[in-house]
Amino acid sequence: MTIYFIQAVIYLLAAVIAVPLAKKLGLGSVLGYLLAGVVIGPIAGLVGQETTTIQHFAEFGVVMMLFLVGLELEPKMLWQMRNRLLGLGGLQVLITTVLIAAIALIMKQPWTVALAIGLIFSLSSTAIVLQTFNEKGLTKTEGGQNAFSVLLMQDIAVIPMLALLPLLALPELMQAAESMKDAAAHHEELSLVADLPGWAYALTLIASIGGVILLGHWGSQPLFRYVASSGLREIFVATALLLVVGIAALMSLVGLSPALGTFLAGVVLANSDFRHELESNIEPFKGLLLGLFFITVGAGVDFGIFADSWLFILTATLVVMLLKAGVLAGLAMMFGIRDSNRWLFSLSLAQAGEFGFVLLSFTVQQHVLPTPLAAQLQLVVALSMFLTPLLFILYQQVILPRYQQQANDQPYDTIEEQGNVVIAGSGRFGQIVNRLLLANDVETVVLDLEVSQIENMRRVNIKSYFGDATRPELLHTAGIESASLLVLAIDNRDEAVELTKYVRHSFPKVKILARAFDRGHSYELREAGASYIVAETFHSALELGAEAMRQLDFHPFEVEQKKAAFNRIEAESNDHLYQQWLKGSEGERFDHDYRKLFIQLQSGIQQAMKNDRADGHTKHERGWTPPPKGYTDDFEH
Amino acid sequence: MNKSKILLLFAHPSQRRSEVNRPMFDTASKMDFITAVDLYAEYPSLNIDINREQQRLLDHDLIIFQFPFYWYSTPSILKEWQDLVLEYGFAYGHDGTALQGKRMLCALTAGGSEKAYRADGYNHFTIRELLQPLEQTANMIGMDYLPPFALFGSRTAVEEGRLSAHLECWQAVLHALHNNDYRFEDLAALNVLNDGLSHLSITTHG
Repeated sequence: MTIYFIQAVIYLLAAVIAVPLAKKLGLGSVLGYLLAGVVIGPIAGLVGQETTTIQHFAEFGVVMMLFLVGLELEPKMLWQMRNRLLGLGGLQVLITTVLIAAIALIMKQPWTVALAIGLIFSLSSTAIVLQTFNEKGLTKTEGGQNAFSVLLMQDIAVIPMLALLPLLALPELMQAAESMKDAAAHHEELSLVADLPGWAYALTLIASIGGVILLGHWGSQPLFRYVASSGLREIFVATALLLVVGIAALMSLVGLSPALGTFLAGVVLANSDFRHELESNIEPFKGLLLGLFFITVGAGVDFGIFADSWLFILTATLVVMLLKAGVLAGLAMMFGIRDSNRWLFSLSLAQAGEFGFVLLSFTVQQHVLPTPLAAQLQLVVALSMFLTPLLFILYQQVILPRYQQQANDQPYDTIEEQGNVVIAGSGRFGQIVNRLLLANDVETVVLDLEVSQIENMRRVNIKSYFGDATRPELLHTAGIESASLLVLAIDNRDEAVELTKYVRHSFPKVKILARAFDRGHSYELREAGASYIVAETFHSALELGAEAMRQLDFHPFEVEQKKAAFNRIEAESNDHLYQQWLKGSEGERFDHDYRKLFIQLQSGIQQAMKNDRADGHTKHERGWTPPPKGYTDDFEH
Repeated sequence: MNKSKILLLFAHPSQRRSEVNRPMFDTASKMDFITAVDLYAEYPSLNIDINREQQRLLDHDLIIFQFPFYWYSTPSILKEWQDLVLEYGFAYGHDGTALQGKRMLCALTAGGSEKAYRADGYNHFTIRELLQPLEQTANMIGMDYLPPFALFGSRTAVEEGRLSAHLECWQAVLHALHNNDYRFEDLAALNVLNDGLSHLSITTHG
């Protein structure tokens, strides 16, 4: 037991020290993890053999990441992406494989080995690229979107590759392994489908995929609702984990990629009301596991092999990256991806990826590649992953500024991109706000804690999500970082104030528009940093008051003017009242001065209303006033 | 000669669809000697702040109304602005001398061609004639009225590639008006200001 604690301490400590440092230096978290791994692995020798075991475990982070990626992708979007997926992604895999295999052939490798190498290096690193896109806010760019389609296609392509590679086995390696075969037979992976005939296998596959889809579509909603109604957060976390791990297990059992299975489940659940809650629950696990995965990559670097054949490894890395970037740039040109996006697309995907490791160990097991070559190639994969964060830095520091310069020179680019709006609370207040915004094509993310409320909204075809907006993780998955506004309409007045403080502090760029219950609450919100506050009853009460005046035969236009005057005076004196309120002590805020001011406010309004507008031009109320009778005498002499 | 401080009052109720006026307004907004006010943005419910508007008038030497020509007049907020801001005792009447000696200009876009705004065209009157209520208002409050700066056929200006030339001209006119590079008498009688660019000793920018 002790040894596990010590190992955990080493890994965690390395991450805690290296990652913030790397981020501070602008290198990104991925490079931080990798460097931490190198330090505790080959340099300090603190960790050893267990890294491979841990790596297999940490690969589950990739599975979780694909689940989260799926959650962001509705089936409709996936369908819209089909051209880019097959065209861009398919061509990338195909052309890169062919070219790299050709180079290997020239280097006098047998064609089977050459093809295996080509396949391995055609893949890029989903983990590094998506993580970095997220961190640097590049996900929504055109380059980022296209890179994502290619990554997705690659992840799908891994499945046929795993099927194809055993066919490339080298006879001499097979023979060498023959003697060990008996022993190996006992270590066959647990599988449901190993002994099934072809048709039954196909049926099992269809049944499991269909099962995931059906369950995700119809089964998940009642399950989540049931769990959510228990109000126990950790059980919801457990349910989310159960879902992901369960699907991964099922997929492994039937011999499919767990990553692809969970991705599929994610896509199915992308329409679910519980999407953001799921995301925020899985996110921390994914982050930790991915980090662990990167550390093991760093720790797995074998300096012995590197010292022996550093020239080959360096050249191979450079050749692979240049070639991949070249192919990507060519495809980008073909598919009309331009300017900075073309650079982003080409540079971001130039590395080999974590599936490269998986395929490498798989090919060695299947006697496709000789072990020494595989060990060297493993270093090539790792090195190219090391270089990727540097390419991102190159993109952000050198390439992007140039294009931004160009863009700035263009005149009249006035239509700014509209940000999203996060609406916390979709009760009687938030829902109206949401409807107005939706009707004007503003993208909103609505969060509410009441499952029944979400159901009600769903009945009128308005989408909202289950979740507690006061929890930072949930706000995060709702996209608070990239949102321009937060509309605060939750029912708990103290939590509203707390949330305002938190968002103001953590995301100073997000404007907070808050609903207040009364004057005191509005001041609390203002003090906490809300940019705009409206008391929930003020405007409707004013409207009702105006209707009362109209019923009493005031002229409707005059009523409108009185209302405007009332509003104006109210707004003007509000500042004074707020200052007074600030001075008052906790709990005694409605002190004497404040009360006096409030009385003043009321009499000021009365005064303004009493002034007949034709008579005097008082400060508070002026409108269209006829000049005095006989004023033309001045002009006619 | 002293430089003129310019107040640009812009009235356009449908800026999403604006093709000419919005770029004109944006161009003017970038000039540091111009206070550019989007009236519909500042008073979306037409509750014009009279004090603020009067103070603005006092702070500037040249007032420009910029608008698309609607029913031979200004969009309604500019009329509301006149009704409220040009008060008795401030702009006219007893002691109403606050605006005397300042200048007024209308910068507008008209859908019809220049030919339509003639006695023999389908609009029967020139654009200057149609703007006479504003011209007389200027007279009444003691302001010098410049002939309007107009773009005709504005609905097809973008398609016909006339926008950028118009914007350059607009920019040059604003500079000239700011620098007072002209004699008022040379311009006063023109139908549109665009006919008098040579009198404005315009230096082109860009």
